[in-house]
Amino acid sequence: MNWPILSVTTFLPILGALLVMLLARGNGPLGKGTARWIALWTTLVTFAVSLVMVWRFDAASPEFQFVEKHGWLGVASYHMGVDGISLPFVILTTALMPICILASWTVIQKRVKEYMIAFLVLETLMVGTFSALDLVLFYLFFEGGLIPMFLIIGVWGGPRRVYASFKFFLYTLLGSVLMLLAIMAMYWQAGTTDIVTLLHHGFPVGLQKWAWFAFFASFAVKMPMWPVHTWLPDAHVEAPTAGSVILAAILLKMGGYGFLRFSLPMFPAASHDYAPLIFTLSVVAIIYTSLVALMQEDVKKLIAYSSVAHMGFVTMGIFALTPQGVAGGIFQMISHGIVSGALFLCVGVVYDRMHTREIAFYGGLVNRMPVFAFVFMVFTLANVGLPGTSGFIGEFLSLIGTFKANNAVATFATLGVILSAAYALWLYRKMIFGNLKPALVGIKDMGWREIMIFTPLVALTILFGVAPKPVLDMSAASVAQLLDNYKHSMAALNVPAKDTTGPVSIKLERAELLPVSAAR
Amino acid sequence: MNQLTQMQGLMPILPEAVLAIGAVVMLMVGVGVFQSERSARIVNGFCIAILALAAAAVVAIPPGRHELFGGSLVVDDYARFLKLLALTGSGGALILSINWLSVEHQQKFEYGVLFLLSTLGMMLLISASDLIALYLGLEMMSLPLYVVAASNRDNVKSTEAGLKYFVLGALSSGMLLYGASLIYGFTGTIGFAGIAKATHGGASIGLIFGLVFMFVGFCFKISAVPFHMWTPDVYEGAPTPVTAFFAAAPKVAGIAIFVRATTVAFPGITHEWQQIVVFVSIASMALGAFAAIGQRNIKRLMAYSSIGHMGFALVGLAAGTAEGVQGVLVYMSIYVAMTLGTFACILAMRRDGVFVENIGDLAGLARTSPTMAFFLAMLLFSLAGIPPLAGFFAKFYVFLAAIKAGLYTLAVIGVLTSVVGAFYYLTIVKIMYFDEPVKGFARMPGLLALVLCVSGLINMLFFAYPAPLLGAASVAAKSLF
Repeated sequence: MNWPILSVTTFLPILGALLVMLLARGNGPLGKGTARWIALWTTLVTFAVSLVMVWRFDAASPEFQFVEKHGWLGVASYHMGVDGISLPFVILTTALMPICILASWTVIQKRVKEYMIAFLVLETLMVGTFSALDLVLFYLFFEGGLIPMFLIIGVWGGPRRVYASFKFFLYTLLGSVLMLLAIMAMYWQAGTTDIVTLLHHGFPVGLQKWAWFAFFASFAVKMPMWPVHTWLPDAHVEAPTAGSVILAAILLKMGGYGFLRFSLPMFPAASHDYAPLIFTLSVVAIIYTSLVALMQEDVKKLIAYSSVAHMGFVTMGIFALTPQGVAGGIFQMISHGIVSGALFLCVGVVYDRMHTREIAFYGGLVNRMPVFAFVFMVFTLANVGLPGTSGFIGEFLSLIGTFKANNAVATFATLGVILSAAYALWLYRKMIFGNLKPALVGIKDMGWREIMIFTPLVALTILFGVAPKPVLDMSAASVAQLLDNYKHSMAALNVPAKDTTGPVSIKLERAELLPVSAAR
Repeated sequence: MNQLTQMQGLMPILPEAVLAIGAVVMLMVGVGVFQSERSARIVNGFCIAILALAAAAVVAIPPGRHELFGGSLVVDDYARFLKLLALTGSGGALILSINWLSVEHQQKFEYGVLFLLSTLGMMLLISASDLIALYLGLEMMSLPLYVVAASNRDNVKSTEAGLKYFVLGALSSGMLLYGASLIYGFTGTIGFAGIAKATHGGASIGLIFGLVFMFVGFCFKISAVPFHMWTPDVYEGAPTPVTAFFAAAPKVAGIAIFVRATTVAFPGITHEWQQIVVFVSIASMALGAFAAIGQRNIKRLMAYSSIGHMGFALVGLAAGTAEGVQGVLVYMSIYVAMTLGTFACILAMRRDGVFVENIGDLAGLARTSPTMAFFLAMLLFSLAGIPPLAGFFAKFYVFLAAIKAGLYTLAVIGVLTSVVGAFYYLTIVKIMYFDEPVKGFARMPGLLALVLCVSGLINMLFFAYPAPLLGAASVAAKSLF
């Protein structure tokens, strides 16, 4: 069996989009239904294909797998492949897409066909971003995602959608164009844009420094890191529910993925030098945006700021350059993908009923919506990082990883955990407990479709909370190799690598990644 | 026998011959045989066929480099590439014109003939290899342009546009001629090869003066800043299909001679002209991006957009390398495709029997005619340079060359202005997709839909199979070095 499984996963949604374009005719219920069902089946089949990939993936190997390579631009080639770092993100994308389609099932009544096409095209671009093994190809997918997302926010968004969509588009574009120039400079320096080759190229330190900044400009905006995060709350608030889910769960992860795939291995010296900068920005993000979150009156805005804070843990963990930190960063991204996506879906549930996101409007929902109250609680606690939920594993690993690299940073970041408990529980109390507001008397609990959406998310949150091994194992070999290479290149440059020795050796054993054993 | 070899020697200018003879025949047919509007339509249709025939003739020229008339004209891969492109631009614009001319009762046989004559000038200009041929080609191209700009002769705006274009064009031609005479005076030759030899070891101050004056002429023709002032007015005033023609074909020819003259005649003083090109390029990109933001008329907006695009194309020339020229050629090809598609949409903006030109008239187009809105949106994203559309690759190759040449400042300013430029393209997309619909446009005529479809598909699918264009551009660029 030698079919190009990765290309199939990537381009299947485009095929679905073409089918929607051709088969869904008219604006009547029939046309809308056709568009929805085709989109749902396409995303489900794509998810199934990506699961085949998980099954055939060899987690023991740090190398790229399912590799495809064809000539393309002369400068660049069509080179695709996944390793332990990118595969989890591919699966996250394909897994969340059917959920997004289901979540939009009844809410979206305006231009359903175009909506489904935009989402399917977006899926192709997102999967492509995570599996591209050529810088130009990566850039193509990375930037191409702006077009459908711009339309999703702008056409199906809230009242200030125009402002939000423009801000989202221009902010991200501004960050990315500088990365494009860095890619070109790397091409002339190394003679190729092939990521696999460039991972071991060893750029001169001078180039590393400014290329690192160019990539940083792009990924920091995408992530988003403080102080370039301001587009995110606007985009989140105005986007339709499914758009917010995609933004929070996947688009933000592209920044973290970019740091892992490009900044660390290709510019190790610069990453070493600028790690304090990242630490500072991360800690500011964690504390400051948590405080900002406390002040919010809009549910979506609160969750958006909480996302920024959580991404701070990710960048901090990644640039700690310890095995736990990096593994924690990856885990935190996957966990946050599920949890924040689910939180936005929860907001969608009440928004669809009451058409407001004002926190003060709600209260006492538990009296009318017990199932919703339970689901919302699971994700609120996962967002706080309660042990037993996936949020804990990610935060804990990034914190111990950082603690080894820099005590002060880890200490300040831990304050953020407390703050996150403060705003999340406050939000939960305000909305769910207390007296039932008179306006909410008629509100109905979740229907079967909504329960179907949330069941897998709840299950995964708890499953990864008690047994994080599948995700950690998948990426362990690649993370170990990443840090090995980092150490080697730092040794070659005669710079002492960050202290990764000590009780945990750099060749990490899988057991050591597990917080359970580390905590013992 | 002797005559036969002479005829064979003329084979490389077969395309020019086709155009010249075709134009004269069409003129005679138009004047003598028919006099009605319907016949004018037929003449214009034949003119498209003649352009296609000329394109076939370009392909039929035996491969390799041919010099004619004592080295005045040269036909190499570079000329072949750009001639095909200019013919495509002219042919596309003429196809776009057919419907407009009928609807506006402007069918005149001179229209197509003037297109042919102007295209003939472009062909000569692209092949020009000495200063005399350069000037003749340039004038031959420009004179018919002045006339077609004013072709809607009962319209004040159109006649004003023609007059403005003529006066400023004549001024710039004068400057170019003065520059050429200075260059001749200081080098003692008019041939590009001879000038290259004479300037091998550097240039005297007089020669630099000549170069600057000549660049003024070039910049005027491609509407680069600071010689762009005529562009918005002429674009707005001229009949819309003529604007489409201005935006596509003469730009190709102008860039072609700009690149050939600088790289072939002045390779020894690259450093001197590079500074000018860098300045012009930055100024054009910035002005194109910022000035377009406030525009309400879509033709004026396209004028500023084209100024910006010429700035981007010049980024490739500023690099002064074969990669750079390849970038320019790729840029111009994609630019012509995008421009023709966009103007097909602009020409379809017709409501209640009247052509409208305001950007606001596009409101809600995604609801009233979704297909047209989709193609136009993709073209606008492409003009903004968003991957995976063709416009991205156009910018990619010029900036790639600039980075190699070490022009970092130029590249950084360039990509930043492209972000500013993205703003006004997005504004149009916003109006089409986010705003509430106004009354829909009349059904898009078949020919416009055809042009839009072809250009839209090239634009969207270029990434899937870029090899032919990239390969051809690379071969063409190498023939200059």
